[in-house]
Amino acid sequence: MANAAPQLIGTSGDSLREAFGKALAAAAQEKTNVVVLDADIAGGTGVHHFRKAHPDRFFQFGIAEQNMMAAAGGMAATGLVPVVTTFAVFCLRAVEQARLSIAYTKRNVKIVASHPGLDVGPDGGSAQSLEDMAAFRAIPGMTVISPADPTEMALATRAVLDFKGPVYMRTGRSPSENVYGPDHRFEIGKGHVLRDGSDVTLIACGVEVARARDAAILLEAEGISARVVNMATIKPIDVALVARCARETGAIVTAEDHNIYGGLGSAVAEALAQTHPCPVEFVGVNDVFGESGEPQELAEHFRLTAPFIAAAARRAMARKRA
Amino acid sequence: MALAATKFASTPEAFSPALIARIAERARDTRAVAIAGIFHAGSGHPGGSLSCADILATLYAAELNIDAANPMDAARDRFILSKGHAAPALYGIWAAMGLMKQSEAVRLRKLGSRAQGHPHVLDMPLAETSTGSLGQGFSVAIGMALGLRLQKNAARVYALLGDGEIQEGEVWEGAMCAAHHRLSNLCTIIDYNKLQSDDRNANIMGLEPLADKWRAFGWHVQEIDGHDITALLAALKTAADCGDQPSVIIAHTIKGKGVSYMEDVPQWHGSVKLTRAQADDAFAALGLPATTLDAMLEGAMEVRHG
Ligand SMILES: Cc1ncc(C[n+]2csc(CCOP(=O)(O)OP(=O)(O)O)c2C)c(N)n1
Ligand SMILES: [Mg+2]
Repeated sequence: MANAAPQLIGTSGDSLREAFGKALAAAAQEKTNVVVLDADIAGGTGVHHFRKAHPDRFFQFGIAEQNMMAAAGGMAATGLVPVVTTFAVFCLRAVEQARLSIAYTKRNVKIVASHPGLDVGPDGGSAQSLEDMAAFRAIPGMTVISPADPTEMALATRAVLDFKGPVYMRTGRSPSENVYGPDHRFEIGKGHVLRDGSDVTLIACGVEVARARDAAILLEAEGISARVVNMATIKPIDVALVARCARETGAIVTAEDHNIYGGLGSAVAEALAQTHPCPVEFVGVNDVFGESGEPQELAEHFRLTAPFIAAAARRAMARKRA
Repeated sequence: MALAATKFASTPEAFSPALIARIAERARDTRAVAIAGIFHAGSGHPGGSLSCADILATLYAAELNIDAANPMDAARDRFILSKGHAAPALYGIWAAMGLMKQSEAVRLRKLGSRAQGHPHVLDMPLAETSTGSLGQGFSVAIGMALGLRLQKNAARVYALLGDGEIQEGEVWEGAMCAAHHRLSNLCTIIDYNKLQSDDRNANIMGLEPLADKWRAFGWHVQEIDGHDITALLAALKTAADCGDQPSVIIAHTIKGKGVSYMEDVPQWHGSVKLTRAQADDAFAALGLPATTLDAMLEGAMEVRHG
């Protein structure tokens, strides 16, 4: 019968949320103090894998993110490692709870946010979080991470569980491109040079890493040698690497699925201002809200795709010579 | 206010079979447009759109004083779809009432479309506010009720909430606030379909005793069958005349109502991709031929924006 079962979107592909959910369930096998908090969207965040594997450590809070966020602080106070999960935009709803009951109180809570940025797609502007990295980056003591692909997502999931302190980590909704092979290493606070180059450096995070890589290939065809850096940790930013790229290539482009204000671009610019100032161009959403559309369509409409990153690289290089 | 005074008053013919049949037809058209839009988009929330179609049809066809010729008149009643993910049904009733082009309503969730995934007031002013983050539409409705009353505007404010939605603490902050301020111009309707995103309310976060909770917060409470149009008409009439309390109608509904294979099945909450066969079956269940779906899809393809 044609109508037997609904076709669910995105739950079967290799999305970052699925990679996170599987890695979390596996890591929790030996890490018996890990608990998961959900606000009625486990099917969307990937933690349905954890719920299935460890039902006794899965806590349902209902559609009530503020209570869930502060309760995570309370559970951490008893020695557990709470992983609190919802869509990125609803993490914004509980920023003040995260600030006081997690960061101010130095609780070992991992906030893992699915559905960040334009990658959310057809749900539209109200659901597309373009402000979360800025908001969480501004909270003292909060580490902010946005991995690039499923391989790195799985490594980062283990790393944040091993790390002591509050973390805000983005996953992703859409099926993700693979950037890394199985030998990749991930370390919190360290950027990774994905591809070397000498004329300009493209520094990206999340879904923009694959697009920056594609931009470097476009630029190579024009004889421009672009270095690509995956800056999966937005805070604390890898200042030494950012400064080295500025010294060695003299021009930088940042790329993120986020408002150009307050996220990766700002973090890189802050690091450069204090070390080795150089021309910087920002690829991101230009201080507007998103809208409905398919993720790739939106990335083109809002100028986040490889050709726009390549154009920004040319602009940055032109300013270097000026 | 002229329109408000004539709206559904006590005359027996107000509940005439002809009126009820007209509302039922609007509800069917609402469901059809919602299904067509979700199929066309390849994503969206069918279950919660179908469960509230009869409520929306009754409100727009008989209760709200909204004039299609001048929909944004300052004296209009305000309706806010706080459970914003049921946007396909809101666009559906607007299309049925001539408040939005049907082709635009079906052109759901597309880049540049006015039928955004969740209602956006800047694209469709009649949405009154932008929703999609559960709980917030209710608070905005409270603000409008306060603002209208202060300015001696007799318009009433209606907000439709999901049952899962009322797990948000914000809703209970608002419930306390509306009763404290004696917002008799506010009517809240709860689409009590017993399901939410992942599962049944009872398994996620129990709501009962729901009517007692609202009563304890100081509200006038009615419980009805949310698919019984006569009951909806009567409850809305009572709600408009219940002293100095805000009023809540707890409408017992079936998620996915009208499309048998979706009824009371949590997986049809969303976000789901409908196949053509599923969309055809849904139209058949609504008593509509597949050619109606074809015509709707064709219209949507022709929409140009700019
Ligand atoms: C603040 C917030 N948290 C989470 C969500 C994600 N979400 C969308 S719909 C939904 C379930 C809503 O259930 P209910 O209110 O019962 O709606 P219905 O059954 O009528 O579809 C959830 C959790 C949201 N939109 N807003
Ligand atoms: Mg419900």
